[in-house]
Amino acid sequence: MSAALQSTDAGAPTLRQAQFDYLLRLGDTSLVLAQRLGEWVGHAPALEEDLGLANVALDLIGQARLLLSYAGELEGCGRNEDALAYLRDVPEFRNHALVEQPNGDFGFSIVRQFLIDGLQRELYASLAQSTDERLAGIAAKALKETQYHWRFSSRWLVRLGDGTVESHERVQRALAELWPYTSEFFAEDPIDRVLAQARIAPSLATLETHWRALIEPVIAEATLSIPRERGKLTAGKRGMHGEALGYLLAELQFLQRAYPGAQW
Amino acid sequence: MSATMGMAQHTAVDEARVHQILATIADPEIPVISIVDLGIVRSVVCDASGVEVGLTSTYSGCPATDVIRSTVLETLQAHGVKARVRMILNPPWTTDWISATGRAKLAEYGIVPPRLLAGAHANATDANDEPVACPRCQSAETELTSEFGATPCKALYRCRSCLEPFERFKCL
Repeated sequence: MSAALQSTDAGAPTLRQAQFDYLLRLGDTSLVLAQRLGEWVGHAPALEEDLGLANVALDLIGQARLLLSYAGELEGCGRNEDALAYLRDVPEFRNHALVEQPNGDFGFSIVRQFLIDGLQRELYASLAQSTDERLAGIAAKALKETQYHWRFSSRWLVRLGDGTVESHERVQRALAELWPYTSEFFAEDPIDRVLAQARIAPSLATLETHWRALIEPVIAEATLSIPRERGKLTAGKRGMHGEALGYLLAELQFLQRAYPGAQW
Repeated sequence: MSATMGMAQHTAVDEARVHQILATIADPEIPVISIVDLGIVRSVVCDASGVEVGLTSTYSGCPATDVIRSTVLETLQAHGVKARVRMILNPPWTTDWISATGRAKLAEYGIVPPRLLAGAHANATDANDEPVACPRCQSAETELTSEFGATPCKALYRCRSCLEPFERFKCL
């Protein structure tokens, strides 16, 4: 079941393998986060926020489709976006572990969204200059959408952080719990190195500097503090996930698993 | 030489005709505006291999994209034009591509059209912070309720004078 192009720990990946894996990282992160946001539909604190979360999810699904379609074409094994989304199991998913974390309360979901929106904003701005023209095109489009996501989550972070004692405590607790999951964003591995060398993707050290410069003033404005320790290092982008992803995929993939090849 | 010129003219006429047909196709979500006025028809090429229509999407997750694509093919077919559609990703769609006619139609329909960004696309989102006049009573006393509405392309506002909610096509 493991894909021909998916890299293993043995040896440095070829450029094509690295590109395929990297597209899965981007596409799976958007796909899994969209599924989580979709769980909010009908449950958000107000209708406007319900619509907001659903709209962000929709953009993310659109981005995931573009990224996974490209990944499938690069792989050349006949897997399209649907095959990649619906027919891979947990260890083949390459999303950051942050986005598979269960929703928690609205504040928890906002903190998760804020951390990833900040990353995607800086990442897509950089990828829009990628030497991979197709990826650059996807990124330029995604960047415009992500700017709206970022406005949504960063404004909510300030509103909740600098809100009531209760809301402040809840988002501070969420930030403490979710912060360690951001380490893997910047933990460089052979795939990141190969792509940075080919100037397809940015260096993660630069990306981290930009990300911090973007999020720190907002966290300060929200009167929140960043945990001093980074804590554990997750490796969702290398296929190591917690049990939460299994349940998420069970729901996401149910139809195609129960009725293989079913179409609208 | 005259044969070449004749062919060129023939091609030009066909492209204009395809454009005319496409201009009758309404956006499925905001039917007052055509897909041409929305600026998502990027190219029409007629050559020996047939007609190719280049389309782009407004937002990457816009659920109307697939419907628009099939409507384009069906409508052209109904006019006896056999065509194919090519999806174009880059450069990404911007609200600046909505035509003057399209803007006027949106305004008439009660949706505030987006402001022209004129190249300042990096700041598209900031344009939503600028004051917007109420499309019903023209009052400047309005406020943004949410940047996400019933479709990905619209934001929700509220007028503090006439108390009515309204939508704005958000800048992108």
